[in-house]
Amino acid sequence: MTVVDTSIADQPRYDCRDAYVETLAELAHADHRIVGVVNDSVGSSKLNSFRKAFPDRLINVGIAEQDMVGVASGLANGGRIPFVSAASCFLTARALEQIKADVAYSNANVKLCGMSPGVAYGELGPTHHSIEDIAWLRAIANMTVIVPADPVETAAALRWAATSEGPVFIRVSRMSVPKVYGDDYEFELGKAITVRAGDDVTLISNGTVLWRALVAAEQLAAEGISARVLSMPTVKPLDVDAVVAAARETAGIVTAEEAVAGGGLGGAVAETVVQHHPARVSILGFPEFAPTGSAGYLLDRYGLSAEGIADAARKLVKPSS
Amino acid sequence: MTLTVEHTTMPVLGRLPIHSSRAEQVAHIAEAAKQIRIQDLKLVHYAGAGHIGGDFSAIDILATLYGAVLDITPETVNDPERDRFILSKGHVAGALYTTLAAFGFLPVDELATFLKPLSALNGHPNRNKVAGVEANTGPLGHGLPVAVGHALSAKLDVSLRRTYVLVGDGELQEGSNWEAMMAASQYQLDRLTVIVDRNRLQQGATTKETNDLDPLPEKAAAFGFAVVEVNGHDHGELLDVLSAVPFRPGKPTFVIAHTHKGHPISFMSNNVAWHHRVPDDAEFQQALTELESAGRPRFDREPV
Repeated sequence: MTVVDTSIADQPRYDCRDAYVETLAELAHADHRIVGVVNDSVGSSKLNSFRKAFPDRLINVGIAEQDMVGVASGLANGGRIPFVSAASCFLTARALEQIKADVAYSNANVKLCGMSPGVAYGELGPTHHSIEDIAWLRAIANMTVIVPADPVETAAALRWAATSEGPVFIRVSRMSVPKVYGDDYEFELGKAITVRAGDDVTLISNGTVLWRALVAAEQLAAEGISARVLSMPTVKPLDVDAVVAAARETAGIVTAEEAVAGGGLGGAVAETVVQHHPARVSILGFPEFAPTGSAGYLLDRYGLSAEGIADAARKLVKPSS
Repeated sequence: MTLTVEHTTMPVLGRLPIHSSRAEQVAHIAEAAKQIRIQDLKLVHYAGAGHIGGDFSAIDILATLYGAVLDITPETVNDPERDRFILSKGHVAGALYTTLAAFGFLPVDELATFLKPLSALNGHPNRNKVAGVEANTGPLGHGLPVAVGHALSAKLDVSLRRTYVLVGDGELQEGSNWEAMMAASQYQLDRLTVIVDRNRLQQGATTKETNDLDPLPEKAAAFGFAVVEVNGHDHGELLDVLSAVPFRPGKPTFVIAHTHKGHPISFMSNNVAWHHRVPDDAEFQQALTELESAGRPRFDREPV
């Protein structure tokens, strides 16, 4: 598969919700079982065109997340394939028990699509940030957790989810990102993708931060540090082999994600490393409720910029610096 | 004391032919309810755990549904067009398992595994392990939204399959139920029937003392439901009402089934102590004697 590499920071940026709604419509045309389920989140999920094309197949339960997830489980019981689209903060926090019992424990064929996750809502603050979603859902048995990095991967993950039986959580980013992948990309569950080869240090990332890790690797290369960049779209099940290889073959691992610094991708990588091949791991994310600021400002502030990621990598390669 | 296969004595009753008279159906349901209670009493006594109070308030409803209302048999348990029954008050799993066994969905012998290590018969039902269970319930306030989702799927399919959900009355204190009721009404899900096991007791007190639900009929009506009240221990009334839904085109139905926890055991009935108390040997014998000797147990609806 093609990976877009050079000068990625200068490439056009995309809101992954556009790829989401385009793909959902394409899937719904092909499979009558597919329905959307929303909590009044038609606009924020960009589903207006979907509603126009499939007026009966967009179930809007109103502002009622617990009901939304329970309803999705019941729709699945009736043979439908519900794609629940709601702001990730409300979907995962308000309806967490429904996600656990009605979807995961019941093993219902429900696809949970967390829109505008991470700190996408910026200045709206921690009530609207969804930095805990990955950690919460990763803790639930039967749940697959996918964090796509760009519109291509978002579309590919959705296509995969539509044809796989069982509960899935997919983050759909709002903060615009450049394309990391060429259009021939195919999603493979539980597989890391080496988007840049290297053997001094490893950067593991996903979602809106992956392209920043690629820029960080570029900066490190200029200093003679060869950084491997692993794209890890599937947080659960994690690609254990790729993580262990990184721990074994490089000086250490930096994880970088638009999420709480613990329990998410970083937590998954650290658990794996500790059990299989102890190595130095630096986990980048949000260690606290973020102060007021735009999404971009907040990423930079907490070291989720190319500079911040490169910095963390330098410390692993040269511990004294 | 250990639950063993010798304690699984219940006959498998199955369904009567579809052309049976109402009187035959009612008699059949009554016999099923009696056998289910005897078996459930043994389960709880010998397993040393369970929710016998809520089991006994719900058994007449369960026996009526599986005995004569639901279009579902052991052979059609995976048929997409089957009626769905969702037990929202999942803590009365013992009553559900016993009912499923009475109608042939579950081998009666398997009841001997109730609550034992690795048994499919957990303290709350699991649809992936027990044929006939539609949703993994237990936390309260989950079944009604799931039932709304299923009723929506039937509507999208232009199917006549029906959805029934049994909720406890105390459970209605969970807000998710009212979210779901608004959606059911908005989508005009008239093939959805919510049955409330209105025993007026929750874990530690009466509903009135805790978070009074009344006026419940008016609340349900205000949320867009056609409301019917029945004696939840009268098989004829239950059969007539549950087979006749919907009552109003375009409206989901809300059946308030007035019941007593622990019915009809003299010392359990309407007694809050029996939410999840386990009968000792003497209590077990007395309850068994009452059940075996009873004709039609008497139940007077609580004055509202």
